[in-house]
Amino acid sequence: MTKVASSFTESIKNIKDGDTIIVGGFGLCGIPENAIVELAKQGTKNLTVVSNNCGVADWGLGLLLQNKQIDKMIASYVGENKVFEEQFLNGELDVELTPQGTLAERIRAGGAGIGGFYTPAGVGTPIAEGKEHKEIDGKTYIFEKAIKGDAALVKAWKGDPYGNLVYRKTSRNFNPLAAAAGTHTIAEVEELVQIGEIDPDHVHTPSIYVQELLLGKNYEKRIERLTVRKA
Amino acid sequence: MSDSREIIINRAVKEIEEGMVVNLGIGMPTMIADKIPAEKNIFLHSENGMLGIGNYPIEGEEDADLINAGKETVTAKPGAAFFDNAESFAMIRGGHVDLTILGGMEVSQTGDLANWMIPGKMVKGMGGAMDIVQGARKVVIIMTHTNKAGEAKIKKQCDLPLTGKGVVNRVITDMAVFEFTDEGMVLREALNGHSIESIKENTDADFTIDPSLSGGQ
Repeated sequence: MTKVASSFTESIKNIKDGDTIIVGGFGLCGIPENAIVELAKQGTKNLTVVSNNCGVADWGLGLLLQNKQIDKMIASYVGENKVFEEQFLNGELDVELTPQGTLAERIRAGGAGIGGFYTPAGVGTPIAEGKEHKEIDGKTYIFEKAIKGDAALVKAWKGDPYGNLVYRKTSRNFNPLAAAAGTHTIAEVEELVQIGEIDPDHVHTPSIYVQELLLGKNYEKRIERLTVRKA
Repeated sequence: MSDSREIIINRAVKEIEEGMVVNLGIGMPTMIADKIPAEKNIFLHSENGMLGIGNYPIEGEEDADLINAGKETVTAKPGAAFFDNAESFAMIRGGHVDLTILGGMEVSQTGDLANWMIPGKMVKGMGGAMDIVQGARKVVIIMTHTNKAGEAKIKKQCDLPLTGKGVVNRVITDMAVFEFTDEGMVLREALNGHSIESIKENTDADFTIDPSLSGGQ
């Protein structure tokens, strides 16, 4: 029953041209670095990528943009990536901007078998145009559809061979949601631990959501904005 | 820090009351965190999945796995909690966050907010702003009273695409504090020695004046 896969190369071959992939991370925090690098290497094309951000020009999902592997991006904030701007303005890249909470809930709904939901976020704004409006108990909501992925790429701190995952601090972000919403979820971890080592009370993503597990290497964990104080 | 920023931040911090859960937007609002009196027991919420942001880390102790919504390295204060993004926004939409303080580009006299895009310029995205203005129990907008060209940012109607309609409770600028009530927009405070006359000149919206201010200052 072990889900430990042989290599990133083999696992990432499961992603095909034209697939929709959901990728965990917030900014560069908690991104599946090894899987993205491998996907860039394999050059899989015409991808729809669902992720809160799109990396920076030379790291994270920015690597896929550079290679022009992404046809469509569903995200809430893409301001950190200059390549994005270029490709968006010259029409190479289709973009669906989604409020962050709506994006998180759309992915959650996808993983939970819910077709969609009503949210107040965006009512009265350009993103509500063309969407079903509904009044519930005197408040207006818009309908937002769930998102499912052909695949999901997630990054956790610890994982066991069954695929139970534990995240560290704010690197959890979208990862558990992505894990559940991916039909084929590939998880990479910093530490591969023995079965039974993770206290069941402490599992963040239960193994059922993970199809393949890999031990990641050489994590760069880049910091976008280093802010410190003097000791 | 420019004078106007300091005036705005010093006034905005007074919105934060003992025991509140507060979400601060990126940019100028984040700078309010440093001004919150240490004796106040406040929990700062961060959209990326954290309740209880602490100080910036001591140099050398930064942790790439611990950032705020502005992607800055932070610390967790004792009693903090981490969670995923769906849960983070359930807290927001569910009305569990007492107060949010966000930046603004334009605010209308009916409390509409525009702060996420300028057509014709690069669209960066709204991030969590549209969810937050709908869900936080109190929405306070901080911004300079006029733009670089000296034009009013508080207007009858917003010209820029909206972030939320009728969502603002209060706007704090370097000149004034306005509140949005069922009876319309009310001037509550004149800041930095500005006269009601000069506030009127620099505000392109209809408002009434709090009785305590009548007679000018």
